[in-house]
Amino acid sequence: METIQNKAGEEITNEMALVQSAKQGDLEAFSELVKRYDRNVFRIAQHITHNEEDAQDVVQEAFLKAYQNLEQFQGNSKFYTWLVRIAVNEALMKLRRRRSDKTVSLDEDVETEEGSMPREVADWSPNPEQLYGQSELGDILKKTIQGLPPGFRTVFVLRDVEGLSTEETAEMLGLSIPAVKSRLLRARLQLRERLAKYFKSKRGGDGQP
Amino acid sequence: MNCKDFLKELTDYLDGTISVTVREELDEHLHWCRDCHVVLNTTKKTIEIYRDNRLYELPEKLRNQLQDAILSKCKAAKQTRKSST
Repeated sequence: METIQNKAGEEITNEMALVQSAKQGDLEAFSELVKRYDRNVFRIAQHITHNEEDAQDVVQEAFLKAYQNLEQFQGNSKFYTWLVRIAVNEALMKLRRRRSDKTVSLDEDVETEEGSMPREVADWSPNPEQLYGQSELGDILKKTIQGLPPGFRTVFVLRDVEGLSTEETAEMLGLSIPAVKSRLLRARLQLRERLAKYFKSKRGGDGQP
Repeated sequence: MNCKDFLKELTDYLDGTISVTVREELDEHLHWCRDCHVVLNTTKKTIEIYRDNRLYELPEKLRNQLQDAILSKCKAAKQTRKSST
């Protein structure tokens, strides 16, 4: 445990050193930061925009903006938190451009009643992933998460896919902690309900498709 | 505790950020409520499936191209800044 903490501590110190060098114009140091986080930023951008071209643009624009505004980064939060905040804003902008209504925001469709009981409570197969081939499963998961409002899927991706804390997610999205928690709950429940269609247990059912 | 109360606490229950007292109440509810038991397990599974099957991995070739593009843009920005000062 101690070693893990030390390692994490070292990484943060190392990261601050990289940011400091980059601030002084060291592109080599900035390139290290790009290599460290480009995959994460791409994943997050893809989840928000649903479009590979847009996601590629977001990765480029987010890193460029970060580089150009490094002076403004005070080091009160982690570099990654700051970077993702820039990337999420870029991704939402892309999404707005693609959609006819220009009102896409993280607050969309969140006025639903808190904690209503899911309609579908059928149990799933013991190993739902084995019901489908790898690429078919990937398509199901993509299609399902794409159906969620942007504010829900972004919170779900940051918390449950990228493994960030509630506090970090709140900071990245400019939301309060209760807002993150409530969106996460709705996202998890909606995904669960939508996936039930594919993963429902066949045994003991009523024979209806 | 009823099903509505259970759902309200579900996220904290799954994340392990809940007090011992509330956890005990939830466990008691789970003991007799089949629906909440199913919702808990399948929600847990939902999170695991998305965590284990990472979607949208960046292919290595594209990754290299993006890195090159980012660095050349940063370089250009750096030069513009230099020449303007």
